[in-house]
Amino acid sequence: MRELSLNVLDIVQNSITALSLLTTVAVYENTAEQKLRIEVTDTGKGMTEEQVQNVVDPFFTTRTTRSVGLGVPLFKMAAEQTGGSFEISSVLGSGTHLAADFVTSSIDMPPLGDINSTISVLIRMNPHIDFIYTYETGGQSFTLDTRELRTMLSDVPLDNPDVMAWIDEFLTENTNELKNSK
Amino acid sequence: MKTLAELQAIRDKARKEINLREENPDAIRVMVGMATCGIAAGARPVLNALVEETGKRNLTNVTVTQTGCIGLCQNEPVVEVLVPGQDKVTYINVDAEKAIRIVNDHIVNGNVVSEYTIGTAIK
Repeated sequence: MRELSLNVLDIVQNSITALSLLTTVAVYENTAEQKLRIEVTDTGKGMTEEQVQNVVDPFFTTRTTRSVGLGVPLFKMAAEQTGGSFEISSVLGSGTHLAADFVTSSIDMPPLGDINSTISVLIRMNPHIDFIYTYETGGQSFTLDTRELRTMLSDVPLDNPDVMAWIDEFLTENTNELKNSK
Repeated sequence: MKTLAELQAIRDKARKEINLREENPDAIRVMVGMATCGIAAGARPVLNALVEETGKRNLTNVTVTQTGCIGLCQNEPVVEVLVPGQDKVTYINVDAEKAIRIVNDHIVNGNVVSEYTIGTAIK
């Protein structure tokens, strides 16, 4: 993966496949300590103890078409090669949580990339489920919660072009605001 | 700054428009492979280009969706175009530029961009 935001896009597909109705993506950036933390928490069907242990193995997948699954192993590798760490936990029937810590000063630190595009694509392609996205940098943060949007929109779907344009602008504006106030 | 209140205006506007995308049996479906292989190869900008171009041209009879891995990982990003009543067309090694041409030539004008299809490109 060229950038971490693509790993996130890939990882969240697992949550969607696991029928998560509410998936939380959080990015915490601490430039002073040169740390970056990415967390994904879903409310999908969860995994058994055995599946959690196997999921970091590239030759484990729930797919039946072939026996390779690279999503989680690639994300874990990206974190660990910066000197960071990766953890995953899951409760069968209630959901999965994963967190990756990165050391941003490492030579192997991939760029975060266009995370807003990842969030936008996730919402656009899955307008019937909910996402919470939090971005924190320099001690300040903003959150996009599609459940709040849904309340305002009532019967109008999230993938309506005008709504998507609003979401894109919301993400861009808030990200720029945080970056400029640093 | 964007406020949630603006969404009310968007809602009221959207309610006035008939949504042609819903339940349209004649809709053209465009599917982008978005598994690990597709994403790594650059499917996200392709998807964005397709959505942007169909939106710009106001092609209300086109739905852009995502699909999983179809086993052509080495040829990702893969875009499949399904026009009702016609054979499915599979494009390989697509990028944002090619995606725009697929919308213009194939979806709007009905001419398959044969140089990007799996049948031609793989030879």
